[in-house]
Amino acid sequence: MKKVERVLELENVTMQFGGVVAVDSFSMHVDAGEIVALIGPNGAGKTTAFNVITGVYQPTNGNVKMRGKIIAQGHPTGKMKKLYAGTHIGEYGKLISNTPDKITEMGVARTFQNIRLFKNMTVLENVLVAHHMRLKTGLLGSILHLNMHEERRIRQESLDLLEMLGLGNVANEKASSLPYGKQRYLEIARALATGPRLLLLDEPAAGMNPQETDELSDFIRDIKEKFNLTVFLIEHHMNLVMDISDRIYVLDFGKMIAEGTPQEIQDNPAVIAAYLGGDDE
Amino acid sequence: MLFNTILPYLLSGVSVGGQYALIAIGYTMVYGILRLINFAHGDVFMVAGILMVYISASGLPLYVSIPVVLIATAAIGFLIERVAYKPLRTAPRMSVMISAIGVSYALQNLVLYITGGLNQFYPTIPFISQSITIGGASTKMVTVVTPILTVVLMVALVLLINHTKIGMAMRAVSKDFETSSLMGIKINNVISATFVIGSFLAGVGSLLYFTNYTTVIQTSGAMPGLKAFVAAVFGGIGSIPGAVVGAFIIGICESIIKGLDIILFKLGLSKQMMGLATFSDAFTFALLIVILIVKPTGLFGEKTTDKV
Amino acid sequence: MTMNAKRNMQVKKVNPSNLIAAAIIAAVYVVVFVLEQIMPPTSMLFTVLKKGAVYALVAVSMNLLNGFTGLFSLGQAGFMLIGAYTYGILTIPVAQRAAVYQYYDGGLVQFAMPVIPAMILAGLVAAVFALLIGMPVLRLKSDYLAIATLGFAEIIRSIFQWDKLGKLTNGSNMLRLFPSFNDFNIKNANGEVVVYLSTLVPFIITGVCVALVVMLLHSSYGRAFMAIRDDEISAEAMGINLAKHKQQAFCISSFFAGVGGAMLAMYSNSVQAKSFTSAMTYEILLIVVIGGIGSVTGSCLSSFLFVACSEWWLRFLDQKQMIGSWEVPLLRNGFRLVVFSVIIMVVVLFFRQGIMGTKELPDLFRKKKKASEAGKEGAAK
Repeated sequence: MKKVERVLELENVTMQFGGVVAVDSFSMHVDAGEIVALIGPNGAGKTTAFNVITGVYQPTNGNVKMRGKIIAQGHPTGKMKKLYAGTHIGEYGKLISNTPDKITEMGVARTFQNIRLFKNMTVLENVLVAHHMRLKTGLLGSILHLNMHEERRIRQESLDLLEMLGLGNVANEKASSLPYGKQRYLEIARALATGPRLLLLDEPAAGMNPQETDELSDFIRDIKEKFNLTVFLIEHHMNLVMDISDRIYVLDFGKMIAEGTPQEIQDNPAVIAAYLGGDDE
Repeated sequence: MLFNTILPYLLSGVSVGGQYALIAIGYTMVYGILRLINFAHGDVFMVAGILMVYISASGLPLYVSIPVVLIATAAIGFLIERVAYKPLRTAPRMSVMISAIGVSYALQNLVLYITGGLNQFYPTIPFISQSITIGGASTKMVTVVTPILTVVLMVALVLLINHTKIGMAMRAVSKDFETSSLMGIKINNVISATFVIGSFLAGVGSLLYFTNYTTVIQTSGAMPGLKAFVAAVFGGIGSIPGAVVGAFIIGICESIIKGLDIILFKLGLSKQMMGLATFSDAFTFALLIVILIVKPTGLFGEKTTDKV
Repeated sequence: MTMNAKRNMQVKKVNPSNLIAAAIIAAVYVVVFVLEQIMPPTSMLFTVLKKGAVYALVAVSMNLLNGFTGLFSLGQAGFMLIGAYTYGILTIPVAQRAAVYQYYDGGLVQFAMPVIPAMILAGLVAAVFALLIGMPVLRLKSDYLAIATLGFAEIIRSIFQWDKLGKLTNGSNMLRLFPSFNDFNIKNANGEVVVYLSTLVPFIITGVCVALVVMLLHSSYGRAFMAIRDDEISAEAMGINLAKHKQQAFCISSFFAGVGGAMLAMYSNSVQAKSFTSAMTYEILLIVVIGGIGSVTGSCLSSFLFVACSEWWLRFLDQKQMIGSWEVPLLRNGFRLVVFSVIIMVVVLFFRQGIMGTKELPDLFRKKKKASEAGKEGAAK
């Protein structure tokens, strides 16, 4: 069997804010071509994990690797030395961090739980922004519009992308004027335009009805094939998760309580307890 | 030798620091609750000075005119909030700040119109204008009164905030605006109270400050206002004791820099005047920038994180 | 609309509303030129036009930062000061330096540069200062950034007045006798003016600078700036380096503020550090607000309106006026500014969009088509 590339790997990642441990020694990985889901009750630390991966936070302790390369590493410093409540202390000697824009350049794109579009810009401009980081022209050349060719090309690419995602007819409308569902798709379009290898989706189906959720399932599979992606998503809609995921990780109170295929997760007593028996929700 | 040389500057620094502190409290309270730099606050302080000039010129005795000035100043603070800030409660923060700048501009122009842009002589308030001598340095009574009064008012305010119902409401609103309103706190009343208290203290500050400087003009509030804001940031915005400590530090530093040439000369450390007094204002702002970069939460401020 | 037709619309430049806008702007320049030849040069109109042109550039530079990049900076007066001094120091004719720097042995600089290179240098020096101050302060959040930049402007003001730098800055004395707008007029051998250009040239300088800003805004960098304004976190997730782009916007804005400062020096024939107060920054900010935060056209229009009102149209409010035998009450020195303040507060509170909102000149001539077909001028650029 061909060896599959490990696109993303978290090693004992702990994220602690003051005395609160949001993510506790979480280890996981996503291999190339997989669709992996991260589930768990509200406040389990799912979005925090995303924020660690995308460079919004530096992990308090642990490692984040992209295709084998360490992109973030942390260990408790300063006041945190005393406060630190996690494990694996002393295993991660270096402090490595990358700002979110660097992570995006490395091929990780994300969407946000509470849609964060550029509200006062048009749909097309929202997508064009994603091309900015690969712009070949410098500031002066850009101001003087010496890059008409390049500009025309990215405009065309963006329009084609919007067309493909069913947003072609609203390309020149203000992003904030779109209906909620289309805003979610625009966020995905924008993320795709950065040319990612790994796509992180933070509750893409939030606020969607069952039919829209079904469509989203097909859509995610579809773009995964077309753009040769690896997908890692947070989601509450269990139908969607069970339908599209190759593997699932379950977080509860920051700790991973289960890992496995959809079937294994559905039968896992700890997961059932966290969702049904727990009094935390 | 060193002490005797520095003492007069130290004294005037403590005095002006106390006056800044009284303004700074208003800034820090408003910022704590509304997250707004109330650019008009320094001008409220100036208007209090102008009111005193006009009210005492009308012949009222001091024991009447002083309370009238303080009450009127508090009322102005209240009015400004109702007219210029309340309608913008849901607007972006930048709009409210622009409104504050607009109010500042309006107050200055109104006073310019009324006074004709001329320096107004501040009435003499007998007790605090008395000359006294401390350790060989002659000064006005206000120098001694200011720090004492400032600390007394600060303690009273802290007690008010920690032990009364309105104080508790203020703390709640400054922690979480929306939740407090859901809990049935009348946000607008709390905000009004904050402005009334802040303006009242600025009024007290103006009595002391202008007794020292003797004249008022429409721009008199701008610099003290900015410096008081720096003091509030320095102390950790939202913290009342922080604002007071910050203000004293800034007042003392500023006063010493004003006299630095003379101090260095007298101590034999420099042979010529360096013109360093030019930097007494600049120092405050340099301090501000350093603080914002090194420790943006100030001396006593709390850390906040943005949610993604 | 078919895919192909749409593609054509995106690529081809034909857009009537842009043409109309360009025609209007060209007409303004022609009118300014003609008026200057036929009207007496002392007319109030030219004072307003010259000062308005200066303020328009500065307001646009501030709008670039506050309206388009979402950085609430109040350092404009400081950068104008740097620009004005750079220009003044570099262009005072050598023969006049002894008179200007009378307390400092004629000063340190003993050469004089031509006007245009000196103006560009004025912008560059301001931009260099912006680079230095930007590195630490641009990390600050909205209101802290405002107060830090305001503080920076005050620091600059102190430094330029410092006696020890007098050989360069003339200390607290004013710089003067450098070329002013009037030196753009073309004179014959007898010293009589043949062609008046003292208003047209500032219009051209502002026009070129504003055009550069507009081109910037329509470039990929402009989009990146606006993305930062709309949502910093999201912009960063799109691969935009926040520090770098904020720094760029800050330096570009300061460059134009510096050029604007040089123009202000030319307009007023003298420069003195103490006049570049925070009140000046506030005034410019209010101009931007009245014009519409996020509209270049608005900033330009409102600059001329603001200057016209304060220097000309509302002047009557400052003097006693009689209607028949009845004296209009309240009118005396300073009333104009009170009326002004009231207008500004009304705009700030009730017309937060300002004159233009976020619309630009070509948007005014766009037929009310469906939004999806209209497209911003970005599509036509």
